[in-house]
This record gives sequence, C-alpha cells and structure tokens, in this order.
Amino acid sequence: MSAHTSDSTVVLDSGDISRALTRITHEIIEKNRGAAQVVVLGIPTRGVELGRRVAERMGEVAGHPVPYGSLDITMYRDDLRMKPARALEKTDIPVDLDDRVVVLVDDVLFSGRTIRAALDALNDLGRPRAVQLAVLVDRGHRELPIRADFVGKNLPTSLAEQVKVAVTGLDDRDEVRIVSAPKGAGA
Amino acid sequence: MRHLLSTGDLTRDEAVLLLDTAEEMRSVAERPIKKLPTLRGRTVVNLFFEDSTRTRISFEAAAKRLSADVINFAAKGSSVSKGESLKDTALTLQAMGADAVVIRHGASGAPARLAAAGWIDSAILNAGDGSHEHPTQALLDAFTMRRHLAPGQHGLDGRRVAIVGDVLHSRVARSNALLLSTLGAEVTLVAPPTLMPYGVDSWPVETSYDLDPVLPKADAVMMLRVQRERMNAAYFPSAREYSRRYGLDGKRMAKLPEHAIVMHPGPMNRGMEITADVADSTRSVIVEQVTNGVAVRMAALYLLLSGARDAASENTSDTTEGQA
Repeated sequence: MSAHTSDSTVVLDSGDISRALTRITHEIIEKNRGAAQVVVLGIPTRGVELGRRVAERMGEVAGHPVPYGSLDITMYRDDLRMKPARALEKTDIPVDLDDRVVVLVDDVLFSGRTIRAALDALNDLGRPRAVQLAVLVDRGHRELPIRADFVGKNLPTSLAEQVKVAVTGLDDRDEVRIVSAPKGAGA
Repeated sequence: MRHLLSTGDLTRDEAVLLLDTAEEMRSVAERPIKKLPTLRGRTVVNLFFEDSTRTRISFEAAAKRLSADVINFAAKGSSVSKGESLKDTALTLQAMGADAVVIRHGASGAPARLAAAGWIDSAILNAGDGSHEHPTQALLDAFTMRRHLAPGQHGLDGRRVAIVGDVLHSRVARSNALLLSTLGAEVTLVAPPTLMPYGVDSWPVETSYDLDPVLPKADAVMMLRVQRERMNAAYFPSAREYSRRYGLDGKRMAKLPEHAIVMHPGPMNRGMEITADVADSTRSVIVEQVTNGVAVRMAALYLLLSGARDAASENTSDTTEGQA
C-alpha cells in the first residue's frame, strides 16, 4: 500500500498494525506477570476495536479469556462547552474493576486530554489496582503530564498534520496515515 | 436542538439521538456512583406553576445526576401568588443566570412564549403546558416501548400503540401521537366521542370509539388518566359506565397479544381507567416508566446544555484524528 494522495502518507499498513498489537500484547503480559487480573477497556470508537484485538491475543497467549469492554469518556471531556453537544458512545464494563489492572486502549495519544477524561470516568466506576495505557500511535504534543505504557509506534508529527487511523470492523482496511493539509477546522 | 417544546419539532434523527443518549444515561443508574460531572456549574430551574410530583422530582434527579445545580420554584408560596407575571418571573431567572428552565404551566403555549419572547436566554424544556404537550413524557414512553418491543432498533417501525381514554385533555396523548408516528409506530386513539379532541383527523393517527377490537392487534396499550380537574362539563354519564367501556381490566388485558405491554403516565385512578390487578401485573411497565423518565430527562438536559450555545446541534466526532 502506498500513499493515496500527494499529501497523505501511509505510516503503518495492516501487517505493521498486526505486529504492533502482538508486541503490545506480550508487553502487557510481561509487565503484569500474566493476564489474570487484566481488564482491557477500549476508548470509542477505534480504541474499542483495537482493545478487542489485544484482549483476544492476550487470551490466546495466556490460555484463558481476558475480559474486554469499552469506556466512553464524552461526559467527562473538558471541552464540552466549546463544541456542539456530542452523541454518546457505549460504555460496557465487563467485570467489577475493583483491584483489577485496567489497560486503557486508544488509537492515537495526542494532547492527553482524552486519557485524563478516561481516568476521571474510571474513578466513578471502581477502584482498579492499577491503570495502564496502550496506544497504537503516540504522535506527541502532550498538554498534560500523561504517558503511555505500551506504544505501537512513536510518530513525530507537526501540529498542522493529522493522524488518520482506519481499522477493519469500522473502516474498510487497517491503516495509519499522516495527512499534512488539514481540512476545515484543523488539528 | 435549542429548546424542547414539542415532540412535533423533533426530526426522526433527533428523536433517535435522544433515545440513544437516554440508553447510555440509564446505565449510569446501575453504577455504584450515580453521578456524572457533565453539567457542573450549570443551573437548572424547575419552574412549576402547576402541581406535579413525579415530573419535578424526575427532572431534579436528572439534573443532579449530571452535577447541575437545581433551583426549585413552585408558584405556590412565591411572588406569582402576589400577581407577578410570567415575564417578570423570567427576567428574575435570567438575572440569576439560569442555563435551563424546566417549565410546567396551566396555559398551553407558555413554554413557547418563554422561549420566543426574548426575556431569557436559557434553554426551555416543556414539562407540560395545559392540554397541549408534555414532550419528555412522550420520550420516556417511546424509550420504554423501544426497550420492550424493538430492542436494538432505532425507531418503532410498524409497532401498534393504542392510547386510551381522556385524549381531549391529555398533553401526553398529543406528544405521544406526534413522537410515535415520527418513530414509525402506528397509533390508534381510543376515546368516547366526547373526549376525542376537535381536529383529530389532522393528527397522524387512527381513531376508534371502541376499545375491544383494538386490543388484539396492539403491541402497547397506554391508559390515560381521566382528568377531572380539567373537566367542567359532563363528558360521560358515570364513572362506572366509563370504566366498563374504556377501562382496562384483567379480562380485557387477556385479549392483548402475549408480548404486549401496559403503560400509564401516572398518576393512576385505580379502578377508573385501570384496575389494580392490571396495574400490578407483570405486563405493566408503569414503574419502569418512572425509572426511564430520569434517563430521558438526563438525555434532554445533556443534549440541550452540554454543547456550545452558538454551535449547531450536529455533532462531528471525528476521533480518527486523534484529538484528545
């Protein structure tokens, strides 16, 4: 697969994404010495599909199913008053989170504000023993003191660029692209 | 959506968005911490010129679960009883910085007046105006029906709903007729000729003066309260005759299909439009309607209040850009 238009570059193709998720899976198991206490929560929309894949791979490696679900952070966002009202996504917590290790999964780590909102949301749902963060792409430009524990690819970007993630199930293919000319609102 | 005044204003997409949002809000009630920070710092005023228990408490619970501050204003014991006008009341609320006003008023059109007159900038939510509309009640009824009759679907396409009783005085019936037909349901109004509203032929519904032939085809039956306080004439000969012809008892309930549900917006006149055994039966979802009312009102407050005031109502959630 190559670039689709002159100002758009594919940085991860489906093979790259698959290998990155497999590596993240093993890193999560290694860090937690197994998968017994782990719950994977994806952040809608792309993070849910990525979280499902990570949890299923962990299940294959560990030999027992790893619970996974989704965590919608819309109502915990800090920019609700700056944008039109947003539709809510599904929150689906598969097990009691108390004393579990929650691995949050998102597609792109950028300002860190989504993760801050996710930590607030988790606070209202239970008291996990630990919260870890896995992202497919870390594009930098953090605005909060937040970092990822597991990263698929570090992708230095400029603020004028956009990172577009496509995953099958929601899109027609697995792919991460950088688009350099932002349309409309911008990054 | 800027205000919620009438279910007739809602497009199908807006109605489905409200129901889908309510679905997520309902799950909050099952959590250990039943509170969201979403409307922190916003003020919701409950402005009730008419008596109400469940609607006011329901709006209050909804606003508090979203962390909004709630001010309850009942006309009794306020300056309204000293003769203050709606306009002056509105100007007072504006000066206090109300972000939303939930209004119930005995006069049809009072919420629309409040929304259009320019006295106040807040979002206006109609919590019942005269015999005109009661949109959040219709939304919670539609929400309850969708959970039971069309789980996993957007609308209520092809479902048959009978609304039975005092349609003439019922704001619930009007709001439901408009909303349910927007969602694709087939609505039949059943009432004695004296309690059928004038001009009902322009509503998107069918009508019947006879309850029994409607029941075997109905997926949901909504019994309306006989509103004696709004009746200043004899609309039917006697309460006994009314309940014999239009009341839902165990025998009539047996004519309903297996999956059909029985609804009532409350407060019930047990023994009048509905017998106690029907109201307490497993078919009855009357208590669940109250639970769903809080979720639906949370959804309405969220969608009207959370966004930027000047922005359009359409959401553009493009998470692929990795914006946090």
